[in-house]
Amino acid sequence: MNILVCVSPVPDTTTKITFVDNNTKFNTEGVQFIINPYDELALTRALELTEKHGGEVTVITVGTAGTEPVIRKALAIGAAKAIRVNCDPVDSLHTAQAIHSAISNESFDLIFTGRESIDYNSGQVAGLLAELLGMGLLNIVTSIEVEGSDVIATRDIDGGKEKVSHPLPCVASAQKDLCEPRIPNMRGIMQARTKQLNVVEYADAYNDTEYLSYDLPPAKGAVKLIDPANAGELIDLLRSEKKLI
Amino acid sequence: MIAVYIERENGRAKKSSLEALSYAKNLAVKNSAQSIAIVAGGEVPSDLGDAGADAIVHVTDGNLNEFTPEGHATAISEVCKQKGVTTLIMAGTYAGKILAPICSVKLKAGCVTGVVSEPDLSNGFVVRKSCFSNKAFTMVNVKSDRKVLSLIPNSFEVGSFGLTPSVESISVSTSVLTKSLEVDKVKGKIPLTEAELVVSAGRGMKGPENWGMIEELADILGAATACSKPVADLDWRPHGEHVGQTGITIKPNLYIAIGISGAIQHLAGVSSSKVICVINTDPEAPFFKVADYGIVGDAFEVVPKLIERARQLKGL
Ligand SMILES: Cc1cc2nc3c(=O)[nH]c(=O)nc-3n(C[C@H](O)[C@H](O)[C@H](O)COP(=O)(O)OP(=O)(O)OC[C@H]3O[C@@H](n4cnc5c(N)ncnc54)[C@H](O)[C@@H]3O)c2cc1C
Ligand SMILES: Nc1ncnc2c1ncn2[C@@H]1O[C@H](COP(=O)(O)O)[C@@H](O)[C@H]1O
Repeated sequence: MNILVCVSPVPDTTTKITFVDNNTKFNTEGVQFIINPYDELALTRALELTEKHGGEVTVITVGTAGTEPVIRKALAIGAAKAIRVNCDPVDSLHTAQAIHSAISNESFDLIFTGRESIDYNSGQVAGLLAELLGMGLLNIVTSIEVEGSDVIATRDIDGGKEKVSHPLPCVASAQKDLCEPRIPNMRGIMQARTKQLNVVEYADAYNDTEYLSYDLPPAKGAVKLIDPANAGELIDLLRSEKKLI
Repeated sequence: MIAVYIERENGRAKKSSLEALSYAKNLAVKNSAQSIAIVAGGEVPSDLGDAGADAIVHVTDGNLNEFTPEGHATAISEVCKQKGVTTLIMAGTYAGKILAPICSVKLKAGCVTGVVSEPDLSNGFVVRKSCFSNKAFTMVNVKSDRKVLSLIPNSFEVGSFGLTPSVESISVSTSVLTKSLEVDKVKGKIPLTEAELVVSAGRGMKGPENWGMIEELADILGAATACSKPVADLDWRPHGEHVGQTGITIKPNLYIAIGISGAIQHLAGVSSSKVICVINTDPEAPFFKVADYGIVGDAFEVVPKLIERARQLKGL
């Protein structure tokens, strides 16, 4: 089975977020980009599934040449080949269209995305791509198995979990617990250098949304400290000052 | 027309859906338009008029009684097309998260998720959205004629409009490929994503055997329980309780963090809580920087005092 994993390069989780150009652009200076943590899980699970059922894993990233170190890392973890769609995506719809166009001559049994990218937190690409491809979607899955021509997955629902089956092909978005992410080893890193990384162009996208400006959450006032010997006072304050209890 | 997708739980509309409905009604008023509540399958819940529905469309089809994304997305999109809906709104619950992008493609609509403000219509259609895992916000302009928005639960008030909406039934035929095999819901507990009050604890609690007091405090306050990632990883607590960047993102009115250091990845999931209380032995714990109230002290001494005072106040 052939699996596509959509990989979004995102700022490392410890990045201090700042903006430039009058707060219209994310400040990438000194920022280390990593594979979006959910995509890393998707990639690992995809590798496990191909190891069990045969086939290979392709990764795809929509991004400029600066994203290649992240793509090489995905190859080092074990993807067989990679596609980079050479453009800087404006929004999730742009990304989904670029992926859709880049894979129009290929067929995949399963397409993975992450549950959301940790930078824009849109959680849209999976749904957009599934709909553009006319495929079903298993969103926010914490386990996935392939049984014959079906996938059996567990997905998060409000207040719990649901186990579902869905025929292949389909799109699935990865949530934590899907697997333990793999760390690339030396051999993988060496091999990644010579693996195929196809760069394709895509110029036709339209986008419906534009990000105009950014801001940081308002700074919190100083914390009000309560004497531990009188800890119960916290409960009184939550009642009198905040009307919460 | 502004439409809202209504989710139900035990026959009642979810609070997050009512928030979306009031948001829609406010927008409809600004646009001299009408708000429609879309209910797929099942029964129509009763409180929709009060939360702001001018009209209710009940979509019926055997497939719709159970939630499937493809079934409900088809139903919602059909109604939107028939009714000339310009803006479709839903709560950013798990169901909303999957439906919003699917509906946006079906309706050729621009889609914004994680919305935390009413739209500014003075120059386009601009909404504020949370990004960088709650570390920042961005203003997004939606350029398309049609729009789909999903709102972060607990960001908007439920209004009381006192309307008496008409109910129209529309039948839409849907086909469904997802088969539900098993549903596992935590019974009798407040789901974390919907809780207004949350008591959360971390590795400072030393071991799973010490969670009794955390649960007791939560019980008295009527709060849900949550935990930090290592606590879930160690299997001290169920994974569904893990909040943070890689766990659930929540925005309750009150978040009490006990024995949690406040690592940036933890804060990512909880920092937009309205009031944050931190209990930690270490005065340098980063969590104090984002706290409204703090107690520098040992959880094993502090929590029993909180329990005692809460019991007194609640008359328990
Ligand atoms: C990619 C990535 C993603 C991550 N995602 C998440 C996430 O989603 N959620 C998350 O929570 N973490 C996440 N983490 C982990 C995060 O970095 C921290 O390691 C974690 O949050 C720490 O958990 P903790 O505060 O419970 O434990 P600790 O860091 O061990 O802190 C325990 C705290 O308890 C205090 N304490 C000890 N004894 C007592 C006592 N008797 N009374 C009161 N206080 C006491 C200590 O002073 C300390 O501050 C992630 C990490 C990475 C790298
Ligand atoms: N630039 C990108 N290139 C490839 N895949 C992406 C890109 N951006 C997002 N994705 C995929 O879409 C998922 C959800 O992203 P988002 O809709 O931006 O939250 C990510 O986890 C990735 O799998």
